[in-house]
Amino acid sequence: MVEIRAGEGEPLHPASFDDVELYHPRGWLTKYVFSQDAKIIAIQYAVTAISIGLVALVLSWLMRLQLGFPGKFSLIDQNNYYQFITMHGMIMVVYLLTALFLGGFGNYLIPLMIGARDMAFPYVNMLSYWIYQLAVLVLVASFFVPGGSTGAGWTLYPPQSLLSGTPGQQWGIILMFASLILFIIGFTMGGLNYVVTVLQLRARGMTMMRLPLTVWGIFTATVMALLAFPGLFVASVMMLFDRLLGTSFFMPTIVENGQHLGYSGGSPILFQHLFWFFGHPEVYIVALPAFGIVSDLISTHARKNIFGYRMMVWAIVIIGALSFVVWGHHMYVSGMDPNFGFFFATSTLIIAVPTAIKVYNWVLTLWRADIHLTLPMLFALAFIVTFVIGGITGLFLGNVVVDVPLSGTMFVVAHFHMVMGVAPILVIFGAIYHWYPLITGRFLDEKLGQFHFWITFLGTYAIFFPMHYLGLIGVPRRYYALGETAFIPPSAATLNEFITIAALIVGFAQMVFLYNLITSVFWGKEAGHNPWRATTLEWQTPDVPPAHGNWGKNLPVVYRWAYDYSVPGAKQDFIPQNQPPSEGAPA
Amino acid sequence: MIIVAVFLSALAAIAVWYLAGQNLAAKPWLEQGVIGDLTDPDQRKPLLAKWGLGFFLAVVGALFALLASAYAMRAVSPDWQSAPLPRVLWLNTGVLIVSSLALQAADFFARRRETGRARTFLLTGAGAAIAFLAGQLLAWRQFAAAGYFLSTNPANSFFYLITGAHGLHLAGGLVALAATVATARGDISAAQSGIRLCAIYWHFLLVVWLLLFALLAGWAGDIVVICRGLVS
Repeated sequence: MVEIRAGEGEPLHPASFDDVELYHPRGWLTKYVFSQDAKIIAIQYAVTAISIGLVALVLSWLMRLQLGFPGKFSLIDQNNYYQFITMHGMIMVVYLLTALFLGGFGNYLIPLMIGARDMAFPYVNMLSYWIYQLAVLVLVASFFVPGGSTGAGWTLYPPQSLLSGTPGQQWGIILMFASLILFIIGFTMGGLNYVVTVLQLRARGMTMMRLPLTVWGIFTATVMALLAFPGLFVASVMMLFDRLLGTSFFMPTIVENGQHLGYSGGSPILFQHLFWFFGHPEVYIVALPAFGIVSDLISTHARKNIFGYRMMVWAIVIIGALSFVVWGHHMYVSGMDPNFGFFFATSTLIIAVPTAIKVYNWVLTLWRADIHLTLPMLFALAFIVTFVIGGITGLFLGNVVVDVPLSGTMFVVAHFHMVMGVAPILVIFGAIYHWYPLITGRFLDEKLGQFHFWITFLGTYAIFFPMHYLGLIGVPRRYYALGETAFIPPSAATLNEFITIAALIVGFAQMVFLYNLITSVFWGKEAGHNPWRATTLEWQTPDVPPAHGNWGKNLPVVYRWAYDYSVPGAKQDFIPQNQPPSEGAPA
Repeated sequence: MIIVAVFLSALAAIAVWYLAGQNLAAKPWLEQGVIGDLTDPDQRKPLLAKWGLGFFLAVVGALFALLASAYAMRAVSPDWQSAPLPRVLWLNTGVLIVSSLALQAADFFARRRETGRARTFLLTGAGAAIAFLAGQLLAWRQFAAAGYFLSTNPANSFFYLITGAHGLHLAGGLVALAATVATARGDISAAQSGIRLCAIYWHFLLVVWLLLFALLAGWAGDIVVICRGLVS
């Protein structure tokens, strides 16, 4: 074995400091609850995000029960159904995916992967988590207020979200916006940390072009989120003004139940612009960390360097930039100047180019590689397939003429669930199976993991493939019940039953995963040091799991890029980033 | 959304300029050894706050650019009636300029270790900022007294929303400034970086205020008309 611990016996002596200014936790409360250690904060983020994600999962079952067996369950009425849709969408997109990728994986991996001791502003980082926690609590509270949570759809479009016909118009909608505002404040605190840490706290020798793609993905997504979330922030504040203070930013003149409301002249389209200015980058805020993580999973488990590293970095940056000029494609059916429609369709289709480059590079990385079908690898492969399918239906919907007839149908539901629901979730699972041995020192159970993978992978196809078909024959989305509709054949109802049963089975598999996640902490197989034989720095810490301060006395020094797998002439099939050129590797 | 587009383009230009210095064309698989000009991270701690503030300003800038865009998009609807702005805003603008200049002077003297003067200017800056906020509240009262309430007309709604958002950001800055003042009561050199950061934040909010003032007063629209005239 080559000595792979940081900074020992090498010609270039790393700067060591006797008293590194680190915050040292004393006592249980500051160590595990109000902790300023990014690793603890990451776990806190992950636990909160997964918990609220389970709520969203249950909501999706309830929705599917109604769609599959309309009218059979008395606990689901129209109002509930819309509340379930709204909360499911909002929780999954914002409170689960965004929080888990950036707050969870970002906090855990950034400092470790770049060779830092912690985040740049640990105290602000702690505040970030607690404000996020508060945002989640406000969101949960909205289930229990009079009238329940809002049922306006996750896009919360005015004027309907503020009108009395929409469930949750009294309190739910107020708490929804309050929760979003809190989330954005909390996220901004965390986000400033992530970007400054990546730019300023990298270890010696860790140039930007030596960063693992995971860090590039999380970094770029964070920059985007910092600039995109203000759009949602402004929209939320102005909606609260309209709701509570009687302004007419978004609310047009409207008569409700024969009564003239106090609003006049507001522009609902303005809200849509602000919302989608956030909403579209949000898709890539979720996708880019997934891209980055999946690149590292594939490279590590295929024992081969990532194909076209530079191209991968450029593609991430270009996708990030382009995603700010495509938001209009969510508004084709809102009515817009055909020239704008043409512009947004073009920019949307152009995004396919860097995205396709990434997919080709993943596939080319796998070509003639030493592929180990470990659980992380299985999930990574499943991601590629799912993402390609979801991406291709995206090309359909990016065209105005195709989008207009399909926009209101299940086809859209199937598309975005494939591309930004299932695909990123598969990466999250892969990433958990991959980094769990680092975080806990133990493997997740392999058999339960295989069960979880195959049910989830095949099950999600059973759910969403038929949904494309339902959309194409015109089954509308957002409908509580289809009733008697001439153009919808009875077989659509049978298909809906099938989808519901598949959804329940996939949901059950997630419970198995959860069981695995909890029990493996105590009884999982010991993983030891660097079990995947990975090159990146997070696996090279002196302690497993990494101790407070990550690196012991000396910070690591980086001598090479993150993908030195199967280097010809090397003693073993990986060379860690912090291994000096002289040792065990050809110069 | 044109205002947002201009703002984002400016940020993109900065990002491109920064990334251009990061050698993105490097072929990392060919290079080994310690490369790049990175010093040890533990030595870079003093720079962190400056970078953090820089990104924070970008976020705040995006917020105000979006508010300005929303203003411009809402202003074209037929029910829009601009109201004459309270005169006191001119005085407030002067006070905010004084506040910004005073903090700049405090930074200047803090660097030269002239503790007494630095403290004086620091307190002047803080006092002027408080006076600005009081002046803005007075402007709200005058505006309301003239019959322009929050929900009277979207033009008035935006006036309260935008000035309020700006005032809140300055109030948040005052918290940081108060902490800096407290530090400056001891050793001025310990407070120096805080003073510098406060000064930068103040200049930024001053520039934002001048742009917002121009927008609210309607000059921004006039400028656009003049520019269109020049182009066509």
